[in-house]
This record gives sequence, structure tokens and C-alpha cells, in this order.
Amino acid sequence: MNVLRSPVAGRPVYIVDGARTPFLKARGGPGPFTPVDLAVQCGRPLLLRQPFAPDAFDQVILGCVNVIADEQNPARVAALRLGCGPRMTAFTVAINCGSGMQSIDTAYRYIRDGSSNLILAGGAEALSHAPLVLKQSAVEWLSGLQGAKAPIDKVKAMAGFRPDMLAPVVGLERGLTDPITDLGMGQTAEMLAHYFDISREAADAYAVESHHRLAKAQDAGWLAGEVEPAFARDGTVHDQDDGVRPDSSVDKLAKLKPAFERPFGKVTPGNSSQITDGASWVILASEEAVKKHGLKPRAVILDSEWAALDPSIMGLGPVLASTPLLQRARLTLQDIELWELNEAFAAQVLSCLAAWEDEAFCREVLGLPGAAGSIDRNRLNVDGGAISLGHPVGASGNRIVLHLINALERLDLRRGIATECIGGGQGGAMLIERV
Amino acid sequence: MHDPALTLLKPRDLDLGLATPVELGLTHWKLGRDADGIAWALLDKVDSSANTLDDAVLGELDRILDALDTDRPAGLVIRSAKTSGFVAGADVSQFRGASDVNEVEQRMARAHAITDRLEGQAYPTIAVVHGYALGGGLEVALACKVRIAVEGARFGFPEVQLGLHPGLGGTARFTRLIDPLQAMSFMLTGKTIPARKAKALGLVDAVVPERHVRAAVQAAVRGELHGDGQSLIDKLKDSAPARRLAAGRMRDEAKKQAPPEHYPAPNALIELWERHGGDFEAMKAAEIGSFARLMVTPTVQNLIRVFFLREKLKGLAGEGGGIKRVHVIGAGAMGGDIAAWCAWSGLSVTLTDVKPEPIGGAIKRAAELYGKISHDDHLQVRDALDRLVPDLKGEGARSADLIIEAAPEKVELKQGLYAKLEPVMKQGAILATNTSSIPLETLRQGLQRPERLVGLHFFNPVSRMQLVEVVRHDGLDAEVEKAARAFVGTIDRLPAPAKSAPGFIVNRALTPYLIEAMAMLDEGVAKETIDKAAERFGMPMGPIELADQVGLDICLAVADMLKRELKWDMPDVPRWLRDKVEQKKLGKKTGEGLYVWKGGHAQKAPNAAEPDPEMADRLILPLVNTCAALLGDGVSDDPDVIDAAMIFGAGFAPFRGGPLHYARQRGVGDVKAKLDALAGQYGERFRPAEGWSKLEA
Repeated sequence: MNVLRSPVAGRPVYIVDGARTPFLKARGGPGPFTPVDLAVQCGRPLLLRQPFAPDAFDQVILGCVNVIADEQNPARVAALRLGCGPRMTAFTVAINCGSGMQSIDTAYRYIRDGSSNLILAGGAEALSHAPLVLKQSAVEWLSGLQGAKAPIDKVKAMAGFRPDMLAPVVGLERGLTDPITDLGMGQTAEMLAHYFDISREAADAYAVESHHRLAKAQDAGWLAGEVEPAFARDGTVHDQDDGVRPDSSVDKLAKLKPAFERPFGKVTPGNSSQITDGASWVILASEEAVKKHGLKPRAVILDSEWAALDPSIMGLGPVLASTPLLQRARLTLQDIELWELNEAFAAQVLSCLAAWEDEAFCREVLGLPGAAGSIDRNRLNVDGGAISLGHPVGASGNRIVLHLINALERLDLRRGIATECIGGGQGGAMLIERV
Repeated sequence: MHDPALTLLKPRDLDLGLATPVELGLTHWKLGRDADGIAWALLDKVDSSANTLDDAVLGELDRILDALDTDRPAGLVIRSAKTSGFVAGADVSQFRGASDVNEVEQRMARAHAITDRLEGQAYPTIAVVHGYALGGGLEVALACKVRIAVEGARFGFPEVQLGLHPGLGGTARFTRLIDPLQAMSFMLTGKTIPARKAKALGLVDAVVPERHVRAAVQAAVRGELHGDGQSLIDKLKDSAPARRLAAGRMRDEAKKQAPPEHYPAPNALIELWERHGGDFEAMKAAEIGSFARLMVTPTVQNLIRVFFLREKLKGLAGEGGGIKRVHVIGAGAMGGDIAAWCAWSGLSVTLTDVKPEPIGGAIKRAAELYGKISHDDHLQVRDALDRLVPDLKGEGARSADLIIEAAPEKVELKQGLYAKLEPVMKQGAILATNTSSIPLETLRQGLQRPERLVGLHFFNPVSRMQLVEVVRHDGLDAEVEKAARAFVGTIDRLPAPAKSAPGFIVNRALTPYLIEAMAMLDEGVAKETIDKAAERFGMPMGPIELADQVGLDICLAVADMLKRELKWDMPDVPRWLRDKVEQKKLGKKTGEGLYVWKGGHAQKAPNAAEPDPEMADRLILPLVNTCAALLGDGVSDDPDVIDAAMIFGAGFAPFRGGPLHYARQRGVGDVKAKLDALAGQYGERFRPAEGWSKLEA
């Protein structure tokens, strides 16, 4: 369980800028961009507006879960394609849904301990490019065929073919299933909904609100500068998150069938995050880099935390990761002026809120004296979240940090936490403060 | 951005055999012998960035063969010591002004003797080709027993573009080595052949990366590298009846590409093969006479002139690679395509517009263009697209070495843009405008630093039109102009320096030609007939089709501007033309203008009347006369630059050598007399310009 420790001392680490692509809903078939394409699309305008050249970074770190075969170590491929130069070291990090935040956290630690000054940290994911995977039996048949040298062996190997080998396994579906418990991610949300008694209606109402908030933010131009348009080769300009349904309503969502556990489940496509492509970058800088390049610090990272729990209830990751941040900073839930709590599933977000209100859970699991209390909905995911704009798993953790900074600035607030649950039973959280 | 480690190592790539030098006192070649007894003859022509063949180079090759006769090597490698490539072809200047068929024949016979001698050696002879092996260079390689291509090598016979066919035994050796129909096709079109294709054709015996050249040479010396040679079917294709059949088809095809009366080379080549194909010695011997007869034709001599006009403009570009980052304002047809072309040429480009959609359109056109010109090389396409950065907020202006403004033709709009750009532009950056109709003197008003405003006038489509007019005003910094010309060279275009004046060179000279065509149309001449008259003269397309291609709106705007600015005595633009523009019947781009366009082609009536022999003069001489006027007005002081601009910017019949050259060849007096006669018949607009005196002087 969580060990109480003080925030680690070290150099201050600033986030000076960031940008992301629009999040593009997978609509059957591969989307227009690969993970690195997405990273390049938002990286170019971000780097273009910096006062320093792209080769000024000390390193490039990118979170990506579903790396495609043509882009091994996508961080390095992206760094080269962004013109960071042949001598830019770059590595890719993966902690499933927390990868985009893991890149920031890794960069934060490099700068805090003095070994780097300027790092480009991002996340990229193209879930629409998830491959069709061959069945294991088909793989064995194919390799047998390739290994056969003599014609007679080839014929024998051929004969081993069975038509059912052709039935493909959708890689994405396997990717969204926990290998330890064989539970789909949606099923873990069903479990939380059950444990914390979250109703279908409450989940749907939360989802509707997410869509309305995002639609409002788009209309008001609050995402300008954060979302940079992506230009596809066919000339299409993707300039906003396209999964949003401004006309979403509780009545409409009520008509949807459960996605994971029919017929009685509560988790539907309407109150789950969307399968989406997207990328996001932030630039982290030390005091030294800020001075050297004349940068304007926008936020300072105060602390970060990773936590783990049973994979079947992975959705509570944010509660386990955020609570120690509060304890170390001697803050209460209510001291945090703004929350970005990644919306994997509406039922999962509501379960996190319920857990903090649950006295037994707070005392027994979190080691708090009593219930932590409530988070005001007006301070949580104020401009929508993964339910309305989608969840490109490797990018989401980066996006919520970036958006937290932008939202704090817009609302003129100071302190916020970005946190997410992580498939496989983990959680990540980051405490930041505007400078 | 270059990696220092690779920068250090890269020069080690070219494998020149590590041979012990054999001193022969040669100027252009180095001969050496390696540990295996293989002789390496390395061509490194002095005072030249690329190798070309001339008498001196071939003469020294002869001396190398002498030396090897006395001390027989295990094999002979022939390759270039220049990183720029193998051999770019024959030195064309040798044939400039050639007028005596016998003299050319004798020269070619001497050259043939040397390649024949190379071919006759008993030891293995191996051509190692990196980069281009063109024309005479490829013919030397064909005289070797083995050809090894280094990856990226390209082969070709571009002679047809000079109005010639191969003359150093190439017609006989190429048709003997591979499928003769394929060989003929490559010689007739002048298309280059990439290394892999060359291997598939049997033109080369191996394609290897540079690092395996030595091993491949050793294998060749051991006799392990040899192509399959011609198949039985290939040999059948070389039989007399098959040749007769194929030659007929080739003649039909060649006629479609270029009129034989203006371009005799294809038919000469076809006849050479039809009569002598399959008989190697006879074909080789006949090639000399055929080549020499072509060489002295006006077509070839004029095309050689065009070759040197191109070299001249390249020379005007000069050296210099100061411009690495380009910011283009306006993602319309011109701006978007300029940006795409710059990115393709390796520059970092930001493309800005007030709206994202035109930028999207520009990206789409760029992706299509890159796919086409790279033959779908996905790495090249990806990298060029990565360099072409959409820039909605115009951030690129701060770091650009060159800003090219290609905004709509509105004075206030452009001046407003400049006012915003000037404070953010970096020190030493250049501001260029692609305007075609606004005087630079107007645009520079209000600039803090007018000395860095220059005109860069591109032509549509940017990827195919090689010319860029580099326009100066009297306050332009000479260094800025120089850098602008060098930039044009960097992106593999040809700069034509011009003084700021309405229409610059090309539009001004083209407009009277187009207007005259409209006047004839008004008189009731069929548009197909008018176009035919110009095509007979040698124009790639007639004026009516050209007007549709350029866009009637643009033609009208330029004509109005010229008439206003120059107070030209021109017939009024017909009312119906203005109506068409108002109805948005603008030409090819809207599917209908003067013609109806389908699938990119003008729909022409098949049986229009034959043009009157006078028609060509009526169309072409106003253009020629305006070129003289340009000279008189000092828009350019150099008739060669004007000729080059009209050829590379407007497609003026290349085999005529340019409008002013055409006038000189026809006789300036005759042209002026004809203009006076036309003036008497049709109006004062035909009266000879002041500038003719400069051409006569």
C-alpha cells in the first residue's frame, strides 16, 4: 500500500507549452494518421511557435501503447520527423492508459535531478490502426510452411491448413482485455458500478454532461492553441475532436444496449470513452532552460504518484494515486481547485467520487481518518473528457495534464490534479500549480 | 541537419579501387592497378563538376588501352571519380555551329574506333555506374562486357531532346543487348531508366550498393556476372518483317509526340533500325551518317542553343544555399504549389493562409505530386510532406530566410501583410512577391526596408514550368537579387532576371498573341483552325487552348492591366470574353471556357478548316515584336534571356531557338517588313517596335 513520503526535493520543473491533435473517432478501418503521424501533426505547430530550434531538446519521450510495426520506438521516429536532428535521443514509454503521463513524469524526474533541461514529452495512439491478429494456430501453420524446404514437406505443411485459422482476432479487443483476469475494461467498470451502486441513469447523465461541456468549450474557442488542426493527405482538415455529440441527451443514451455484459449491464457505448486516434505533447523546462531560451513557465509540477491495485477494479486507480499527493502536500480534496480525472467510463469516474465519499474505503484503504469528501462537479472535467472526446490510450494522460493547465489559466485558478485509471490495475496522478 | 559522424564517414563511400597509380600523364583520367591485377580507369574531367565526353576524354581512353595492351590487366574497371555521377553525356559544345556533315562524320568515326577497341579487348571490361549514365556515357558503358549499377544509378539516351539519336554506337549496341522494342522506345522518348528497371531490362548485370562494388567487380572478373542477353523472342523482334511492322507503329506514335517536319530525329532512328536492325556492324556504320545529317539541321542547332540557354540561366542562378527556410503566404493554386515544390526540393517550408481549407487543398495536391514524381517512394513522400508545414498563425515568418507572398492581387492586402511581416522578419531575410500584375514600385511603398523586396514570378504549374522571373525594382539590394536567383537555382528552376515592368517578360509577350487569336475568333475563324496555325509553327498548344489552360479570368486581368499600364493600341477584349468570365466559364479549371474540357482535354471539332498560311505570322509576329519591345524598354538587356524566358516560361517552340533568334534567322529586315505589311492590313498594333534597333546592332 501507499507509503507516506515527503515530496522529493530537487530543481523546479516547468511546463512551458503544449499542443495536441484533435481526437479523431475510429470509424471502421484505419484513420488517416499513424501514431507518429499524429505526433508530427501536433508537434510541428508546437515547435514552430517556440523561440528555440527543434534540436535544442535534451531528449524526446513519447508514450505509446499500440506501437505499429513500421514505427518501432515511435519517440525516435517522431523526433527525427520533427527535425530534432540525428543526435536527439528519444525513447518510448508504455504503462497502458497512463503512458502519456508517464512520459511527462519521466521528463519531470530527469529535469528535477539535474540531468536534463529541456524535454519534449508526449503521447500518441492510433487505435484505428490496431492490427488484426492471426490466431496462434495460424501463426504456427504459416511458420511451418515457411520452414518447409523440400516440395513434399511444403505439400505436407499446406495440408495442415484449417479454414477456422482465417478467423481474425481483433488486436484492439485483446488489448482492452486484462490478461490476468480476462475481464474486458468495460467489465471492470461494471464491477465498480456494482460495488458503489452507480445507476445506469447516473452514468448516462454524466456522459451527457461530458458531451455538452466539450461542445461548449469548442464553441467558445477554449481549445484554441491546445488543439492544432491535423492535415490529412487527402486534403481533409481535422480541426476539432469529432466524437462530440452536442445533441446528446439522457433519453437518447437510455436507448443504447449494454456494450459488455448483456442484457443487464450498465456500461454502454454511450457512457464509455470512445475508441479514438490522437496525440499530445508538452514541453518541460528547467529554470536554466527557461532563462536560456526566454520561455514563459505556465505551470510547475509539484509532485507525481503512481499506484496499483487489483486489475479487476482498475477504475479506482485515480483514488489510490491522488490521495498520497494530497497527503504529502497536506491538502484536502477540496483544496484542489480543478480536477482532470480521465473518463474511461462514466461509472468508473462516479465510483472514484463515491470511494472518496465512502468512510470505510477512505479509512481502510486510503488510511484517512474518515471520508475524504466530495468533489464539486464544477471542478471536475470542466470541458468534457474521454467520453465526449475519446481515449487514445497512450495520449490521454498527456492531454489531461495539458488541458488542466489551459483550464486553470482560463478560470484563473491555481492548483490542480490530473489523474487516470490504468488498464491492468494502476493509477497515475500529477499535482501541478500555475506559475 | 547533418550528423557529424556520418558527415565524416560519407566521403569514404565511393570505392575507387585502392589501386596503385599508373603514371600516364593524363589530364582527365586516373589509371591504377589493384592488388588483384584489376586496372581501374577513373574519369575525373578537369574544371568540370560533371563528366562529359569529348575528343580529349576519348583520346585519353585510347591511351589507357595502349598502356594495357603492353601490360595486360586481369580486368578493366571504368568508373567516374566524381560523386556527381558517371557521365552526363557528350560535351554538346563540340557540336555547336556544326554545318559540315563530313566533318561530323569523321569525328564520330574516330570516336567509334575507340569504343570499338574497348569492346574488342579480351580481358573483362566492367563499367561501374553511379548517378547518371546518359548519352555518350551510356554508350561507353555499353561497349564494356559487364555493367554494374550502384543503387540510385539512372541510365538514358536523352539525345532525342536535342533533335538527335545516339551516335557513338548506342543505337546498335542497345538494340542488340536488350529487347529491341524496349530499346527503341527508350531512345525515342529520352526517358531515363532507374537501376532496378535497367536490371530487369538486361541493360545492367547487377545492382549493388556502393559498399559491394569491389566484390561485384571481383565477381565480374571471375566471369560470374553476366546478364541473360537477348531472348529468342527478342531476336525475332529484330527480324526484318517484325521490324517493318513495329517501325510503322513507332512512326505513328512519334508523329503524335512531335511533328516530323520539325523534329526529324525519331524517324531517322526508326529508319536506321528498320533497315539495319539485327545487323550490328551495318547499323553501327549507318548510325554515323544519320547522326551527322541530323547534327547540321537547324532543329538540332537551335535545340543545342536551347541547351545552352538553359545553362546560361543556371549560371545566372549562381552558387549559394543560404536559403533553408521558406515561408509562403497564400495557399491558393500558386502559393500552395510553390510551397510544395520548395519542400520537395529539401527546404523547410511553412505555408500560411487565413483559412485552413486551402492549406488542406495544397497538402492534397502536394501528396499527389510527390507520389507521381517519386514513383510512390513512400519515404520521399513522407519526408517532403513533413517539411511542408501548415502554419495557420504565420509563425514561420519569424525564422524564414525567404518569405514568398502569393496572396490575392490586391494592393492594400499585400501592403497590409508586409506591414505585419517587417517587424518579425529576421535580419537578412528576403521578402518576395509572386505578383504578376502589381508594380513592385507600388508594393514597396510604406516598407521600412524596400531594398529587400524582390519579385519571384512563378508559372503554373510550378512543378512543370521551369522558369521563374526574378523581378527587380530600382531600389533593390543587389545582394538580395543575387540570393533570390540562387534560391531559384536551389529549387531546380531557371531564373530570368527582369526589370519591373507591366507583365514582366512572359505575360507581356504572350498577351498580344492571345489577343490576336481572340480578334481572329471575332472575325469568324474557327478556334481549332487558329490553334492549328500556331501548332504548325511549333507551339506546344495553340493560343485558344492556352488561354483556356491559363484561365480566361487571368488572361483578361493581364490584358486589361497591360492595356492600361502600357497604353497599348490593342483591339478591345471582345465583349463575349468578358461575359464568359462573368459566367465563370474560365477554361480548363471550370470545365468550359472557349472549349469544353473533358478529362483534362479540350474537345476540338475534328474537321476544322486548314489554316491560311498567313495566320501563323499574324499570331506569332506580335509576340516576336513584343520581345523586341522588351529589349527596347530594357526589361531585359539580353535577347538570350528573353528567348529563354519564352521557351521555359511559355513553351515557345524550342526548335525555333526562341522568338528573337527566330527573327534573326528569318532576317530582322524581313520580319519588320512583314510587320509593316500586317500593320497596313490590321492596324497600328503590328508596327515594328523601337527595340529592333538593338537586335540589329
